[in-house]
Amino acid sequence: MLKFIARRIAAGAVLLVVISFLSYLLLSVPDADVGRQLLGQGADQAAVDAKNASLGLDRPVLTQYADWLAHAVRGDLGTSWFTSEDVGTAVAGRLPVTASLTLGVTLVTTVVSFLLGVWAGVRRGAADRFVQVLGVIGYALPGFLVTLVIVLVFAVNLNWFPAIGYTAFTESPGGWLSTITLPVLSLAVASVAGVSQQVRGAVVDVLRQDYVRTLRARGLPTSRIVFRHVLRNASAPALSVLGMQFVGLLGGAVLVEQIFGLPGIGSMTVTYTTRGDIPVIMALVMFTVIGVVLINLLVDTMIGWLNPKARAA
Amino acid sequence: MSENLPAAVPTGPRPSAPAPGTSTARPAPPADGSLRRLLRNPLGAVSAGVLLLLVVAVVLAPLLAPQAPDVSSLGDAFAAPDGAHPMGMDSAGRDILSRILYGGRSTLGGAVVALAIALALGVPSGLYAGYYGGRFDSVANWAVNLVMALPAMVVLLASRAILGPDVLVLMIVLGVLVAPGFFRLVRGIVANVRKELYVDAAKVSGLSDTRIVARHILIVVRGPLIIQVALVAGIAIGLQAGLEFLGVGSGSAATWGAMLNEAFQNIQRAPLLILWPGLALGLTNGSLVLLAGALRDVLEDRGGEPAGRRRGRPRTRTASPAPEVLDRPSEAAALLSVRGLTVAYDRPDGTGREVVHGIDLDVHPGEIVGLVGESGSGKTQTAFSVLGILPEGGRIGSGSIMIEGQETVGLPERAHRALRGGTVAYVPQEPMSNLDPAFTVGSQLMEPMRHVLGISRKEAAVRALDLLRLVEIPDPGRTMRLYPHEISGGMAQRVLIAGAMSCDPRLLIADEPTTALDVRVQAEILGLLRRLQQDRGLGVLLVTHDLGVVADLCDRVAVMSDGRIVETGTTDRILRSPQDPCTRALLGAVLDEAPAREPWQPREARKTTA
Repeated sequence: MLKFIARRIAAGAVLLVVISFLSYLLLSVPDADVGRQLLGQGADQAAVDAKNASLGLDRPVLTQYADWLAHAVRGDLGTSWFTSEDVGTAVAGRLPVTASLTLGVTLVTTVVSFLLGVWAGVRRGAADRFVQVLGVIGYALPGFLVTLVIVLVFAVNLNWFPAIGYTAFTESPGGWLSTITLPVLSLAVASVAGVSQQVRGAVVDVLRQDYVRTLRARGLPTSRIVFRHVLRNASAPALSVLGMQFVGLLGGAVLVEQIFGLPGIGSMTVTYTTRGDIPVIMALVMFTVIGVVLINLLVDTMIGWLNPKARAA
Repeated sequence: MSENLPAAVPTGPRPSAPAPGTSTARPAPPADGSLRRLLRNPLGAVSAGVLLLLVVAVVLAPLLAPQAPDVSSLGDAFAAPDGAHPMGMDSAGRDILSRILYGGRSTLGGAVVALAIALALGVPSGLYAGYYGGRFDSVANWAVNLVMALPAMVVLLASRAILGPDVLVLMIVLGVLVAPGFFRLVRGIVANVRKELYVDAAKVSGLSDTRIVARHILIVVRGPLIIQVALVAGIAIGLQAGLEFLGVGSGSAATWGAMLNEAFQNIQRAPLLILWPGLALGLTNGSLVLLAGALRDVLEDRGGEPAGRRRGRPRTRTASPAPEVLDRPSEAAALLSVRGLTVAYDRPDGTGREVVHGIDLDVHPGEIVGLVGESGSGKTQTAFSVLGILPEGGRIGSGSIMIEGQETVGLPERAHRALRGGTVAYVPQEPMSNLDPAFTVGSQLMEPMRHVLGISRKEAAVRALDLLRLVEIPDPGRTMRLYPHEISGGMAQRVLIAGAMSCDPRLLIADEPTTALDVRVQAEILGLLRRLQQDRGLGVLLVTHDLGVVADLCDRVAVMSDGRIVETGTTDRILRSPQDPCTRALLGAVLDEAPAREPWQPREARKTTA
């Protein structure tokens, strides 16, 4: 198991380096004159060149990347070209917001989709159709549209929760909960729709397995078979979908943070990518990929724990 | 978001209707009624109709729209709907209907571009990787995993920063991002089909790879691909609208996403502005997903057949002879007594298909009865009925099943369950698939014992060890801690027999207990079953198609064909002078009376050598 985790971490590190290289290359391709952008159209060419040189942009792209990588592995992600903030600090300050959001959604998704999926898969009939219709609706509607409707109903009409803003958990747990509820709800709709269908499918599949029939033939009650054997075997495919969903969640966070005015990684992405601030974009990409790698590692470890056969592989 | 794509939906090779937006499956014959079936499906008809209407309206925007999308009269800002402006005016006094119609052009057009790119990238690479495998497969898989680890929205934002705010470029990037969904789908299906016998047959008969792919593989891929296209179209539209909503789309042009953004800015003042663009977007995506669902139903044509239990041509049998009641050993109370049992499976259309047509069968204590017949004759359905574990959709139509004098037909599940394990037990056919892969052998042995016998964990552990010794497993303590994938098939079958014996049943139902094993192990397992049966005086119903096994073990035989028992008798009688043609066919004597194999010897005579 330890060897497995170590191997996955190594693979993740390789992925990280490859993606960082590709991103840097892509970001540097267009001859965007950063110095000119920073100093304005009126600045004279010498000042622009000096600015570009001070940012290190007069060097070949590969050198620039090597320099960036050398600093990044030591935890120094550079400073923003446009705001001169330390990128590491800026991103770290916004991380807890996005973390609350995505972890909250993952928690809600896990609980609700397992309940719905097992209910639909075991009961079939009307329960099954209900969950499937729910899935279609949640899947069909674009996330930000759902968010708009949620804002309209719960913030504008009912006024139960604030439509905008964020309170840190350390500041006021109650305030944190009330500012995070609608964003979590907005993102959870789509992921519950997706994951509950997968749980349902996995439960139906496992229920058809020969060993379930054999367990029934041995006199075990259905409830016990469902909660011990079916749930455990159905969890592995459901978890891998949950992991994939997490990647989508990071994208969804962009829209939701923008709508709710949450100062997280997502809204930062919108602001900084449109300006072409390479150090910040690189940091955001790195944090995103690290998040994805960690979640996948967690999912694979859990699957390995649930399914002894996967451990060997 | 490509990550949200539903998992691939494997289907059988089934021709399907061409759907709007695809032309990948050119070589296949035209719609053979699939389109008609789709339109007869209410969801399919409605969603296809809505989509068609939307596309027509958007294409004809210049004719239908009351005015150009950007004509604004600030005095009419937030004007309520009226005759000239059926949906009202927005915050800049522009006609909402016109903006919706024109906005749809960029939204739907963008989705078409993204889809075309995704199909062009994903399908050929998936075909190649799935068909040839090898290095290309590994490289492509690695690249796909890389793309799938990227959050689509972040990449789109970044590429907009790099490549400029051109919608067309963004849609191409989006196409690349959703291509892995197609790649995985196609690759998975093709890799599976590649292993199928008919592809081997085509290869052997000298067809070129291109021809095999074109004629045999594309057809299989087509159905799932069409479904995936509908789903990806919805995703592309949603993502594109999301980008426009963030204000990173094509600037000032009317798009549904930009309209929603504008509506959101004014959410406090005119909350209903969200309605129309939201409805347009919701309707489009809803129709796409529903269409995908309807297509899946039509193309995959799910039937309610018992899983993998149906084969062989329907044979018409005129006046099946009444089952003989002659060869009964005694009139002692039967352990199992089946009378007039019928089993039926529900069809999707609500009717039932009968697979067992009223059979009579008895098993007495201490007796081994063989239930033989070719596959699909209803033997296994009979066995499942006795245990009360018919698969979903299957039910007992009529008749009676008495176990130790207790009627089990119509018995509540709870009461029926009380009989399983302790009174009647089951040894399945396929040892490996009948052990739960997630639990150790020991835990699977102990759990039912604790439930049925109500004993403690410790007692169950002691008992489980004894049972493993009973079925001649060499190192029981170690085996208890192993997982099913760590033991051999023969071992697994011993474990399953141990499980069946664990609660001291009186009746054992063994469904082809040796079919999946190799010959040497078969003999060992049969020997084990015989020993257990004799030591414990079990009644055994042995389901098999192998008359060799019958000759070895059984006292009496019932021959089944097409859901009926065509002949019963002592093993001696059935093997020496089979009456029914089905029995003779099973014995290998095709038509005439020539003996098919060496004269049969009573099993007592062989016991010494076995």
